[in-house]
Amino acid sequence: MELRALFVIVIAAIFINNFVLIRFLGICPYMGVSKQLDSAIGMGLAVIFVMTLASFATWLAYYFLLAPTANNLFYHIFRLSCPPDLTFLRTIVFILVIATLVQFVEMVIQKTSPALYRALGIYLPLITTNCAILGVTVLNVDEAYNLIESLVQGAAAGVGFTLALVLMAGLREKLETADIPEALKGTPIAFIMAALMSIAFLGFAGLSI
Amino acid sequence: MSLWYEFSKGIYKENPIFRLVLGMCPTLAVTTSVQNAIGMGIATTFVLFSSNLLISIIKNAVPKRIRIPMYIVVIASFVTIADLVMAAYEPALHKSLGIFVPLIVVNCIILGRAEAFAGKNRVLPSILDGLGMGIGFTLALLALGLVREILGNGTIYGYPVLGSGYNPMLIMILPPGAFLILGLYLGFFNWLDRKRKVS
Repeated sequence: MELRALFVIVIAAIFINNFVLIRFLGICPYMGVSKQLDSAIGMGLAVIFVMTLASFATWLAYYFLLAPTANNLFYHIFRLSCPPDLTFLRTIVFILVIATLVQFVEMVIQKTSPALYRALGIYLPLITTNCAILGVTVLNVDEAYNLIESLVQGAAAGVGFTLALVLMAGLREKLETADIPEALKGTPIAFIMAALMSIAFLGFAGLSI
Repeated sequence: MSLWYEFSKGIYKENPIFRLVLGMCPTLAVTTSVQNAIGMGIATTFVLFSSNLLISIIKNAVPKRIRIPMYIVVIASFVTIADLVMAAYEPALHKSLGIFVPLIVVNCIILGRAEAFAGKNRVLPSILDGLGMGIGFTLALLALGLVREILGNGTIYGYPVLGSGYNPMLIMILPPGAFLILGLYLGFFNWLDRKRKVS
């Protein structure tokens, strides 16, 4: 039963509610980094990695620091009469957690694995302002997922993002030589292509799982 | 640089959506109707105005190395205010904008203006810049929302305009319609530019 629920989350995050093409999260890197296949793959891997970590860290922050539950750390440390409700700080805390996390991951990768750093390094700073990361953490909380479900949704959302990005990069490389109207060259035609891809992904909405 | 220029550049010459192509996520996601577009536009304008104001005041007190985290905290605070006010007074709008209200934080326009303008300029030009950019953003959302709502639903702001015989193009209020209309708008503005250069 548990496994089935996780499978549903994976399929939903990658195909049915694809983060880029259906939910419109992370459009800026989708348009900005999809000009070459190599950089699209690098960016995709960095996003999967950070999304999973961010889902983990913000879940802990939300349920142990902000939410009015019996686990709230402030409730225990200050011996309050009832658990405090700090959920209104969600946006501020989440963006700070993500920004810190990205910086930290960058430092760790730089120290431990220079090869990985060369591959992902330049994409990491861009990720802080990628709305897909904050988006997935807010969705985890809105849908009241537990820790495992949040982690799975984080990773699957990253895979969905990578899928859309890599497909787009492949198409845009072909587009270099295509004959298109002068005014539509560059970003406009990329958006029109995204519309066609989005129609294809709408087809997955018919899946009943 | 006159003050009028700082205000007006955001509306057409450096329009954040059609010229700079920034802040695409809310642009595509919330323009399913005119009402959503206006709500998002006003919330973003409020955050742009307030964060530009505060950042231009505190800019000399902020150490250069940690300015970006500081800017993000300022922006996130104003977004939280907008979020709570909207939830209290416009619960229906808050619900239909959903996750995109907290996501105003990561709208690149806001951090972009803080870094590129408010962190370097005085208070008055900064608030005019924020206001102009916000209005430009709102107008662009409105332009998209108008086309999508008329074609996709046959209404403007909920009032039917195309008569009962019109069969709505559902695709326009679904995700593909957003990409398509924005792509065509961008192409149209490119075309205008090229025409002006030639003549």
